[in-house]
Amino acid sequence: MTNAGTPIEIRDLYKIFGPAAKAHVAAVRAGMSKEELSARHGHILGLNNINISMPAGKIQVVMGLSGSGKSTLIRHINRLIEPTSGSIMIAGRDVLSMSELDLREFRRTGTAMVFQRFALLPHRTVIDNVTFGLEVRAVDKAKSRDTAMRWIERVGLKGFENRYPTELSGGMQQRVGLARALSNDSAILLMDEAYSALDPLIRTDMQTMLLELQQELNKTIVFITHDLDEALRLGDQIVILRDGSIIQQGSSQDILLRPADDYIERFVKDVNRGRFIRVDALMESPDGRTTIGLPVLKSGTTLEVAGKELADALADAAVVADGSGRPLGVVDLRRILAAL
Amino acid sequence: MDWFFTFPQISPEFLLSAKRLIDGSLKVFTRAYGQTIEGFFYPLSRVLIFFENALSSAPWPLVVLAFGALGWFASRRWTIVAGIALTLIAIGLLGLWRDTMMTVSLVLTATIFSIAAGIPLGIVMNRYSRIGAFTKGILDVMQTMPPFVYLIPVVMLLGIGRVPGFIAVVIYAIPPIIRLTDLGIRMVDKEVLEAADAFGCSRSQKLWKVQMPLAIPTVMAGINQTIMMALGMVVIASMIGVQGLGLNVLQAINNQYFTQGILNGFAIVGIAIIFDRISQAYGQRLQAHRGATHD
Repeated sequence: MTNAGTPIEIRDLYKIFGPAAKAHVAAVRAGMSKEELSARHGHILGLNNINISMPAGKIQVVMGLSGSGKSTLIRHINRLIEPTSGSIMIAGRDVLSMSELDLREFRRTGTAMVFQRFALLPHRTVIDNVTFGLEVRAVDKAKSRDTAMRWIERVGLKGFENRYPTELSGGMQQRVGLARALSNDSAILLMDEAYSALDPLIRTDMQTMLLELQQELNKTIVFITHDLDEALRLGDQIVILRDGSIIQQGSSQDILLRPADDYIERFVKDVNRGRFIRVDALMESPDGRTTIGLPVLKSGTTLEVAGKELADALADAAVVADGSGRPLGVVDLRRILAAL
Repeated sequence: MDWFFTFPQISPEFLLSAKRLIDGSLKVFTRAYGQTIEGFFYPLSRVLIFFENALSSAPWPLVVLAFGALGWFASRRWTIVAGIALTLIAIGLLGLWRDTMMTVSLVLTATIFSIAAGIPLGIVMNRYSRIGAFTKGILDVMQTMPPFVYLIPVVMLLGIGRVPGFIAVVIYAIPPIIRLTDLGIRMVDKEVLEAADAFGCSRSQKLWKVQMPLAIPTVMAGINQTIMMALGMVVIASMIGVQGLGLNVLQAINNQYFTQGILNGFAIVGIAIIFDRISQAYGQRLQAHRGATHD
């Protein structure tokens, strides 16, 4: 049995870097900009009024370019970085007010993290890397080896358990990183640009693997990325950060169809929309129209697939139905083309 | 304008009386406590004599075999083992066996002591930045102060012989191991340290499971440096009564015996190379898997 996810509530989170950070929170709250704070007081505004409700058992993507504060944000969840002000509630406790011992316990059992450059221990074999988290918790050796072997197999590294990290490719090293995190069996999985250092093809494989794993694990995954395609593919919910502030949060459909400002619009422009927008976002209620004889599309079908099916069926509209075949709405070809 | 051309110095009478006072009290201190301090170092002197006797009275084939085995264990290369054996045999043939063993025993004991004290000091220096800054200053002094200067109080307190020689060698040889332990810990990849924190390591878990294992190649470089410094000190140590190759060199200098000087000098070089190859080969073997994140 594995631990399913718990929700994460981030409230009024501020992070200011500098020697007298606390003194400037009030000014930032009152609207002082990042530039002004830097020019007048020599302090850097890392995170500005962050509020996110991350639902249990879902993948929450935090997207932004470098310097947007996304890596700073994920490090607040397990408090690798100390906040300047705010709260992060997980399972009824505020991470930001934990004592040192509580925090250590929370990191050992409540969270696990995957890193951009893998952060494996080069002097340890694959299996000894994967058991690291359990070793730190003083779990029985035989038991932790069993757990580790299970995850090594699950991420597709069976047969490599006695190799050293330097003998593996980047993709394989990150599988080790993932197996190490999963062995911890924590409710929360933190992935800091976990796939950014990988080749595009391997990255897609790793995304597929993560989605498959998530179907059975239902952990609360916080996934940091600078890649919009990756964000749209993985994210049940997406937050877009810029200069330490949230500029939009919502589902992939919200972001593609209703970008909050020019900045996001520019991002979204180059994305293959047909692959990410789903028919559900475009369908209308069927009232007054005949649905008999129209082809049926499953809820969640992407526009790319829907367009192809409509073309194959020589139809100009289709019924959208849920898993049990109950019709939910109608979508026509014109709307699909307009959305693309 | 006189003050402009001659440096306004503290009055010579005052300086003289101050020097007399310090030297005088040191002498008084020596007379009063010299015996006690010598007693305190007596166990050390027994240990040094034990090692010296063990090495110089051991049958020579056994010693050659032991060093060869050490070389094999460290490097797994026959060329290194053969080099070690040939060097030792050449030294023996030149009639320098006994002196060499005395020197080796002093260098080895001083190195072992330096490692045992230096690695913990390096760890402490790394953990507490205040102590670190302070220690760095002391190490700077230890490395640049001419050895003869700190030999004066050592000789006053302990006379001449093995113990003051040992102390002089340790003072000279311990800085690299302390510095490189500290450096090795500091060079550990930040992301790996972050991973250790993220998985909930305590400070000591982080030190022993992550920092020290990753620092070992650098620490090995420090050990290598310490051995080399200890060997470099044997000639100076011979001035305060340490026997061995250094003493022969000292005699050669005093009497202008060029050949004696160069033969003993080469014997020192020979054992320096042996120790260097052994410790470097071992360090490299330890490094086999760490290339990627420890650069």
